[in-house]
Amino acid sequence: MESQSQVLERLRTAFESRVTIPEKFRRTQLTNLMSMIKDNEEQIVNALHKDLTKPKFEAILSEVEIVMNELHCALSNLTSWMQPEYVSKNLATKLDECFVRREPLGVVLIIGPWNYPMQLLIVPLIGAIAAGNCVVIKPSEVSAATDNLITELIPKYLSKDCYAVVRGGAKETQALLKNRFDHIFYTGSQAVARVVLQAAAVHLTPVTLELGGKCPCLIYGRVNATAAAHRLVWSKFFNAGQSCVAPDYVLCSKATCDALVPALRQVLEDFYGSDIQKSPDMSRIVTPKHWTRLMGLLNRTKGKVVVGGEHDEKDRYIAPTVVVDVAEDDALMEEEIFGPILPILTIESLEESIKLTKTKEKPLAFYVFSDESSVVKKVLENSSSGGFCSNDGIVHMALPGLPFGGVGNSGFGHYHGHWGFEAFSHQRAVMLRGWALEKLNALRYPPYSDEKLSWLRWTTSPKSCSIM
Amino acid sequence: MSRPPSPTPARWFKALRRTRLGDPCLKTYPLESVDLLRRARVAFQAGRTLKENFRLAQLEAVVQMLEEHECDFVDALGRDLHKPRFETVVSELILVKNEALYAINNLKKWMQPQKVERNLSTTLDDCLVISEPLGVVLIIGTWCSPVQMCLVPLVGAIAAGNCAIISPSESTVHTTELLHRLIPSYLDNECFHAILAGLSDLPEVIELKFDHVFFTGNKEDGSKIALAAARTLTPVTLILGGKNPYVKARLVQALKCCLMEFYGSNPQESRSFGRIVNLEIFNRTRGILWRSGKVAVGGHVIEAEKYIAPTVLTDVAESDPVMQKEIFGPVLPILTVNNVDEAISFINKQEKPLCVYAYSTNGKVISRFMSETCSGSFCSNDCILQSVMVALPFGGVGASGMGSFHGRYSFDTFSHKKSCLLRSARFECVTYLRYPPFEDRNLSLMTWASSLSQKSQGWCQIM
Repeated sequence: MESQSQVLERLRTAFESRVTIPEKFRRTQLTNLMSMIKDNEEQIVNALHKDLTKPKFEAILSEVEIVMNELHCALSNLTSWMQPEYVSKNLATKLDECFVRREPLGVVLIIGPWNYPMQLLIVPLIGAIAAGNCVVIKPSEVSAATDNLITELIPKYLSKDCYAVVRGGAKETQALLKNRFDHIFYTGSQAVARVVLQAAAVHLTPVTLELGGKCPCLIYGRVNATAAAHRLVWSKFFNAGQSCVAPDYVLCSKATCDALVPALRQVLEDFYGSDIQKSPDMSRIVTPKHWTRLMGLLNRTKGKVVVGGEHDEKDRYIAPTVVVDVAEDDALMEEEIFGPILPILTIESLEESIKLTKTKEKPLAFYVFSDESSVVKKVLENSSSGGFCSNDGIVHMALPGLPFGGVGNSGFGHYHGHWGFEAFSHQRAVMLRGWALEKLNALRYPPYSDEKLSWLRWTTSPKSCSIM
Repeated sequence: MSRPPSPTPARWFKALRRTRLGDPCLKTYPLESVDLLRRARVAFQAGRTLKENFRLAQLEAVVQMLEEHECDFVDALGRDLHKPRFETVVSELILVKNEALYAINNLKKWMQPQKVERNLSTTLDDCLVISEPLGVVLIIGTWCSPVQMCLVPLVGAIAAGNCAIISPSESTVHTTELLHRLIPSYLDNECFHAILAGLSDLPEVIELKFDHVFFTGNKEDGSKIALAAARTLTPVTLILGGKNPYVKARLVQALKCCLMEFYGSNPQESRSFGRIVNLEIFNRTRGILWRSGKVAVGGHVIEAEKYIAPTVLTDVAESDPVMQKEIFGPVLPILTVNNVDEAISFINKQEKPLCVYAYSTNGKVISRFMSETCSGSFCSNDCILQSVMVALPFGGVGASGMGSFHGRYSFDTFSHKKSCLLRSARFECVTYLRYPPFEDRNLSLMTWASSLSQKSQGWCQIM
């Protein structure tokens, strides 16, 4: 079995041979990746079910279709993405070619998480391949069945010289990070992100960090509680709440809360039936350790459980749970929940709610439900987050045209669609000069004179054009 | 409450000698940095920098500052680097002014939300990318272009709506003192501050937590900056250096003639030629010059003036001291290779530089150097010019840095691109398909719509 350094050497040799540069090669790899997903859809769904008890519907929607969309977007647009971008010129460069060229970075590392183990590994991989890089792929060992499947499939469909899967836990990942990469793309927690970033800093490796945060959901102004409940329940309890962009907590007035809770209860029953544990449409918590953490939060909360609360350790099941009368310093407000527990904090004024969110770190997503556009506008303009969505949750990340990424503690850099291509590219400024207009150039040569300086100054004044 | 312990005598003495006009400014201690950062944060939270008018006013103030104090800048850079007036005006003042004017002329456009393509489900919604400021950013300058490398990033930071703290280089004492003096007179006193921190103090300053750190300097210091930023999950832009190769044959004689034309027979007497910034760098450059290859042109040094003549070295070997690190002085080593393949191979063996330059009348040769090497930027048949064009990004790759700036790229560096989906709650006609209880027929409809979308680029995408 190959060691990590052997894998890296192989990929570096492949990159230096320039095999990943031609568009044809990248298209072939992306097409093969598409075949990999299509041919093995059933196995993918089964692996996800084994890891997370993910329902087939959720698996297809959020792990297969979204990946296929990104592949189609890349294949449809690759030619134009690879084109040089010509820029406006000044007087001195009028006869020259000035453009920005997108070049691959080299050998990049993509570290995937366990909650959407296909999507959050393969979508960055699409960007990296499209941009012409070689890639080391490190799936999460926590989602073991998907880890096994990816390890088996990638070498069957993609060039073995250019793409490799490296497996293991924390120890193996730390060893991997000692190597030098040309870019590291990490999705996961802030604690591990610090380790990744420090390891990268030693080699001056640029990093994209897709982290999480407590995504607030504000509900103010005129709002239809039932409509809001549908979208809120769907986005909160999809994947049993284990989404980095799931609404983490709700802020609303008492009146809204009183209207919302019965609506949530009803929608939960419409969606999952009266015995949710028996519904095939509800996922499970990924591991006993994560289940224990969530139960710890639920046990320590000083709020009141008004919906759900049922749990089953053996099944790693926690019912979709709604907790009201939650205070700012409650256990449920300490860290990102990442589970099917929805705390509701009652704050009468929108301004106070916005103020509360500003005391917290910038989250990956920010949600507001309201029929009043002035409320939406106020929240949008007075908050900062990776992304923003009004009157829905999660879906803003499904549009390839929108950049997906965090800000502040929720991460930096972004991807999806063209943004993914850019994330894994170096934008190289190129100027191809001719020999004409040398008289103009001579203005800048020594010996310097006041006369030359006046000419240069005149040509760079706002009414004129820049010469230099 | 007990009184804090008295400062040591040394600190008392320094405190008594507070900065007066014209005095070299003293180091900003970490406590002062904490206070300045707090003030900037409060100003940012209050929303001062968000409005377009505010940003325009600050940018115009930068232009005004450069215009009204041109003589002071020329004087300061002359004292720090013996920089000729021409170079100061062209490469430090006009360049920054151009960036500020470019930002002023384009700010409205840059601040506009960018609409993106929608799918079936979002066809009645607004899907936008909004550029929002990051918060309070730290800009660390360098001594080689002390005004440019502080103020060009500052222009980007202001345009993007941030507050900023700049830390000009401690090596260019007069220029740094000038910036310290002028910034409070021209820019908003709560949003923008200048500090003086040595490179060894900067990690401590960075750990106070900024929303972005922009650093220009060498690779070793860049790595320390990156490590400090990593501890607080702070994104960085690093503009580092590298050994920028330049490829051309039949050079030496042409260089001799050109140097004579530019600087006369004795460059020491030419008003158009500068000096090395300090003794440390002078000694280092002199050391590597004398231990590498053969001096074909120049080689003359005068320690008292920190003067090193424009020097060309030939018969340079790859293992010579001059080839080990970025030179950063007026010494040009020439290595000969047999052909283009060897040249490309040699360049690719080194770390990726900030720039690759290739001179040739043969377009195919230029094309090969461009496509077969990697660097921050590339220029054929000239040097540096690509890095002063406002429309081209300026930045490194690999060991020469990460991130870029100039023009629109500066604005983007200091912005967060927030994706926004503004939906209505009313139109459930398509959205309901995704709700549980999950049904195969709904899934089929959605995947069928997806397959349509895949032929027409995403429009029919339902999710």
